[in-house]
Amino acid sequence: MQKIGKQTIKFDNPPTISQTACIVGPKESDGPLAKYFDQCLEDEFWGEDSWEKAESKIIKETVNTLISKSGIPSDKIDYCFAGDLLNQCISSSFGLRELNIPFFGIFGACSTFVEGMSLASVFVESGIEHAICASSSHFCSAEKQFRFPLELGNQRTPTAQWTVTGAGAAIISKSGTGPFITHITPGKIVDMGIKDANNMGAAMAPAAFDTLMTHFKDTGRKPSYYDAIITGDLGYIGKEILIDLMLADGYNIKSNYNDCGVMIFDKEKQDTHAGGSGCGCCGSVFSGYLFKQLKAKKLKRILLIATGALTNSTSNQQGESIPGIAHAISIEL
Amino acid sequence: MKPLDTKKGYQDYVDKKSPNSPILKNCFNAFWVGGLICSIGQVILFICKQRGLDTQTSGTIVSIILIGISAFLTGLNIFNRIGKLAGAGSLIPITGFANSIVAPAMEYKSEGYVMGVGGKMFTVAGPVLVFGISASIIVGLVYLIFNSQSITLV
Repeated sequence: MQKIGKQTIKFDNPPTISQTACIVGPKESDGPLAKYFDQCLEDEFWGEDSWEKAESKIIKETVNTLISKSGIPSDKIDYCFAGDLLNQCISSSFGLRELNIPFFGIFGACSTFVEGMSLASVFVESGIEHAICASSSHFCSAEKQFRFPLELGNQRTPTAQWTVTGAGAAIISKSGTGPFITHITPGKIVDMGIKDANNMGAAMAPAAFDTLMTHFKDTGRKPSYYDAIITGDLGYIGKEILIDLMLADGYNIKSNYNDCGVMIFDKEKQDTHAGGSGCGCCGSVFSGYLFKQLKAKKLKRILLIATGALTNSTSNQQGESIPGIAHAISIEL
Repeated sequence: MKPLDTKKGYQDYVDKKSPNSPILKNCFNAFWVGGLICSIGQVILFICKQRGLDTQTSGTIVSIILIGISAFLTGLNIFNRIGKLAGAGSLIPITGFANSIVAPAMEYKSEGYVMGVGGKMFTVAGPVLVFGISASIIVGLVYLIFNSQSITLV
């Protein structure tokens, strides 16, 4: 493991992503990526009596599915990194309390999945065998905590994003057949003063831009090196902004760039306005769709950049701006 | 100049880049749904009056019926769809007020009846109540002062 450039870590023995799993809610199950998910739920409660319990169950069952799919006995898994959007990360800690694997609760808002993958791969490179990373979000619990009750008859703005109900999880292992995590570029907090909580894409795009530029400078790579550059949940507006920002600095990413929040829903049919968001967005799209594309060798080199808006409802009501963050990992076969 | 050079520049750039709400469409939907709700109220008022009730009692009955319908539709997960279509059209009449109390009561039931339903019921309607009541007190005081000096306002 060595640090190259300003922020990037290059792995000498790149850790493998040996398996992934994901479970998504009913709306995601109607979306264009439905066939790639391990399990699609029919209702948001999943037999529980609150949204919070349902979210915990989603992350718990995702990790259970992951472990059984991977064939690795759970006592051979050394550490677990997980996080979500609810206060004090209760979905992850409640969902995984019976897992009996040493646990790190992490928070990076919607960038949590890649934050977990980065930390897990550093741990694996340092000598352990297997580490799990997982993240979840739930539309209803997120609306309840950050916005208004679901039954309230209000209108969403065109820039608002739809929190994904779902969870993604991955096992990072020391040895295996790939795909390999070759580089990680943890991002800086970037705040360009956006205050509109209904325009998270615009708040996070500068952070994604900063991390992306830093990654290219640190590694000496160009956008064309990757088959796909995928951001976490910038949505339609953030995606357009990032393309513009990159173009202004002389990088054209238009041809091989997409966003998980854009990919997971059908904007026209599903009325999701600016696209998907949430920890479960990047988590489920990577664990479901992207991992399978890598395994099938349809994509050979991808750069995954999960983006997070580091805000809560109190800071927002107090008129604070929304700081953004973005972490990148380079995954290659 | 690049969009990220200054915060002001970025905000302006974002404003230009972000689509606005479809104001004409929203206004139109608000107009006809709001008008429809008020017309239903008027029909109920006429029926009450025809049965021989005075204007004030009839008005109270209209409010009770509209609040009842709105609360019922909120419980059936229908009112939020009307609200999504009509915006202020269903929010401004008394139907919106009923919805804003029933919605949090339903949402926070999982935290129990006292701290959940009881404590959170007015999270949305609270500001309306506080400022509505405050404003009516001020108006009442003004009315009292001027009326006592035998200047008739109304």
